[in-house]
Amino acid sequence: MISLHVNGKVYPVDVSKDTPLLWVLRDTLNLKGTKYSCGIGECGSCTVHINGKAMRSCTISVGEVQGKKITTIEGLPENHPVKKAWIKEQVVQCGYCQPGVIMQVSALISQKPALNADQVIAKMDDVICRCGTYPRIKKGIKTAIEMTKKEVKKS
Amino acid sequence: MTTSISRRTFLKVTGLTIAVSVTPSGFILMNASAQKAGSFKPNVWFEITPDNKITITLGIAEMGQGSSTGLPMIIADELEADWKQVRIQQGPASPAFKNPVFDDQITVGSASVRGFYEPLRKAGASGRAMLIKAAAQTWKVPEDECKASMSTVKHVKSGRTLTYGQLCLKAAKLEIPKDPPLKKESEFKYIGKPMPRVDIPEKVAGKAVYGLDVNVPDMLYAVIARPPAYGAKPVSYDQKAAEGVKGVRTTFPTPQGIFVCAESLDAAWKGREALKVKWDQGTHPDMNTNSIEKHFMEGLDKPGGIAKNVGDVKKALSGASKKVEATYFLPFVAHATMEPMNCTAHVQKDRCDIWAPTQAQILAQIFASQVSGLPMDKIDIHTTYLGCGLGRRGSFPDFIIEPVIASKAVGKPVKVVWSREEDIKYDFYRAATCQRIEAGLDSQGRVVGWSHKVACSSILKFLNPEWIQNGIDFFSLWGIVDAPMPPVYSHTVYEFPNFYVEQYLSDLPIPVCPWRSVQNAPNAFVMECFMDEVAHAAGKDPVEFRMHLLNNNMRARRVLQTAAEKAGWGKPLPKGKGRGIAQHACFGSYVAQVADVSVNEKDGSVKVDRIVAAIDCGTAVNPDSVVAQIEGSVVEGLSTTLKEQVEFANGGVKSANFDDYKIIRMSEIPPIEVHIVKSNEKIGGVGEPGVTPTAPAVANAFFNATGVRIRRIPLTPKIVMDALKKA
Repeated sequence: MISLHVNGKVYPVDVSKDTPLLWVLRDTLNLKGTKYSCGIGECGSCTVHINGKAMRSCTISVGEVQGKKITTIEGLPENHPVKKAWIKEQVVQCGYCQPGVIMQVSALISQKPALNADQVIAKMDDVICRCGTYPRIKKGIKTAIEMTKKEVKKS
Repeated sequence: MTTSISRRTFLKVTGLTIAVSVTPSGFILMNASAQKAGSFKPNVWFEITPDNKITITLGIAEMGQGSSTGLPMIIADELEADWKQVRIQQGPASPAFKNPVFDDQITVGSASVRGFYEPLRKAGASGRAMLIKAAAQTWKVPEDECKASMSTVKHVKSGRTLTYGQLCLKAAKLEIPKDPPLKKESEFKYIGKPMPRVDIPEKVAGKAVYGLDVNVPDMLYAVIARPPAYGAKPVSYDQKAAEGVKGVRTTFPTPQGIFVCAESLDAAWKGREALKVKWDQGTHPDMNTNSIEKHFMEGLDKPGGIAKNVGDVKKALSGASKKVEATYFLPFVAHATMEPMNCTAHVQKDRCDIWAPTQAQILAQIFASQVSGLPMDKIDIHTTYLGCGLGRRGSFPDFIIEPVIASKAVGKPVKVVWSREEDIKYDFYRAATCQRIEAGLDSQGRVVGWSHKVACSSILKFLNPEWIQNGIDFFSLWGIVDAPMPPVYSHTVYEFPNFYVEQYLSDLPIPVCPWRSVQNAPNAFVMECFMDEVAHAAGKDPVEFRMHLLNNNMRARRVLQTAAEKAGWGKPLPKGKGRGIAQHACFGSYVAQVADVSVNEKDGSVKVDRIVAAIDCGTAVNPDSVVAQIEGSVVEGLSTTLKEQVEFANGGVKSANFDDYKIIRMSEIPPIEVHIVKSNEKIGGVGEPGVTPTAPAVANAFFNATGVRIRRIPLTPKIVMDALKKA
């Protein structure tokens, strides 16, 4: 039995240790927001946070992440600046890659010391969007960073 | 948007329901409460219920193109509905959901919004007229004293109001007006305004259900061991080892390959590995990337069907004062949708349910019926969101047939999942093509003859072989000559006094199907690059040269002029940089793009610095969606221009995943400017046309920067260096 810490909850899962985290999230825990697309860590559709860092869940086995803090798209709050910015800038088309893209961006913009928009954009080649929403992802990143700054000021 | 309703429930009428039945020849509006069950065959309908909700049911697939927002906007505007009260749901597969442009339930050809624009305006306007009449009767006042706005009817003199919810039952008893008056364009509230898309919030939340996310109780997973080469058959495999893997239920051979059914996907994949299938070498063991290119090149010298023969091209060419000749090649390109092919099916004794990310529900029904042995009306298609379509999910439904086979065999619901490697290796690709053009100019630099030979894969061979007539596949020629099939296939913009087009269809086993714009993008590459060569030979500016040829085509001229002006056409650029232009028309819209590029002649890298795009799509229903579609099209166009080429080896596909089948990434994307030309022309499609001018604009810019023509894509450093060295 493996114990997984996902989105603030602890789940005991009965799978073999070498199972990719992606399939345990999707098919065992029924968290379908994390997507399969390449299975080799090339496209970023399966990106989740492991201890706050963006990682590809298709190439990490569940055995490797026992006891670590895992966050998926479902665990990112609805009012998270990246989610809000994605709606404001109408980033999404088919949307299949976007949970992974959003997880990639949200990890990058919470880095300390803070990255500026260009620095975040420079790290976005980890993800592929086939609909070609890249121009709007760039806009979304800028808006999310502005929203984050405003929130910090308010608090 | 995720709610999928069954055919059997849509007849329940609980308010004012107006239905639109559209065919290619016209449309009929119906008041649902006046229809007898069984005679009710709408494409789209909306229902206003006493709880003040307006529910719009659509038969189109949402794959990111935004039609699930655009179509409701049209109804809501004419209906004077409050957008906040509008809900949208996905309709079932049914002949009721035919698209009026294609006479089939299929979301292709950039046809959703343009096919439904007029009928939906009339439907909305009918609803508004009936609600106003119901209110006027209630208050016993003349109808022209009542005004509808924001889902409410107001008696202007007295200030009394009634909501659509309060009026809907009374309105339902009224006769539907035959020809309701439409709003003036200046009165539009939603049409022409950027509206937020209805599908975005649940997609951002990670809650949207795609095909791969479907969960059916008691479901098994199946994967297929597929032949590594075209036509290869299994020689041996270890069934026992595979069935010994924990979680594997069964394995069985089919013409598609060897199915492995298991309790989890992981187990199915492990079972497939354990099969250790040995295959024979297939039907084309020597076929590889180079032999394929040679095959198409040789096709140029083989006789083909004559698609166009105007005037006397031989005479015109022999009498020309200048001749230009060039040969182009474009490789096979994969769809590589981010959601790999997949589908779930449950075949039972008396019914079959299919959960599919599909663009073509009726096609799915036809094949599922054949495979399951059940009649068409016992097949229920539940359309999920599509993780992109690009045409792959609207063509031959191989990925839908597979779970039907598996579910029938094991008696349980089965989800078949393709790995990325399968998705790339077993695609129906964008057709490869090799084309040679010879053009003649007179002493004033005018085109007097154009002789065009096309060697290509046949799209119709895999889509609908009956449509191949006299050896001509008009799908593969789309964008070079007009097809005889109206109304969607006729858009070519250039006409020459002597014009000859011949087509040789390849007999390679590599399957192909439409790829965003069908074959307009590859054909536009050839047409627009060669047009640039001809302009250069005539000593004319490429914009001026095209403007002259397009003298009678105002829409094409306008987009060309807009793109040129906005890009600062004619202004000098620094050394190593170049600017190119291209235009094309398809799916009822006109597009032009200007590309600025930088070329590094030392390492062969090409950087695109900017794309300026212009589109005339008639009325832009949701301008923000139009911009998004053009941006996406340009990005995809750039991906094919700079990166994409399927590689073959040993009679099969060598490319496998995103590490060896490269797709463009964010750092390679330049700023993209989109200009929507204000137009009162007939509404056109926006999902596909934008992809067509990108590659030729970039290749023409490459020539402008270097003085060297590259007559192929992708412009990889190797291809660029080879071309620069040869020059």
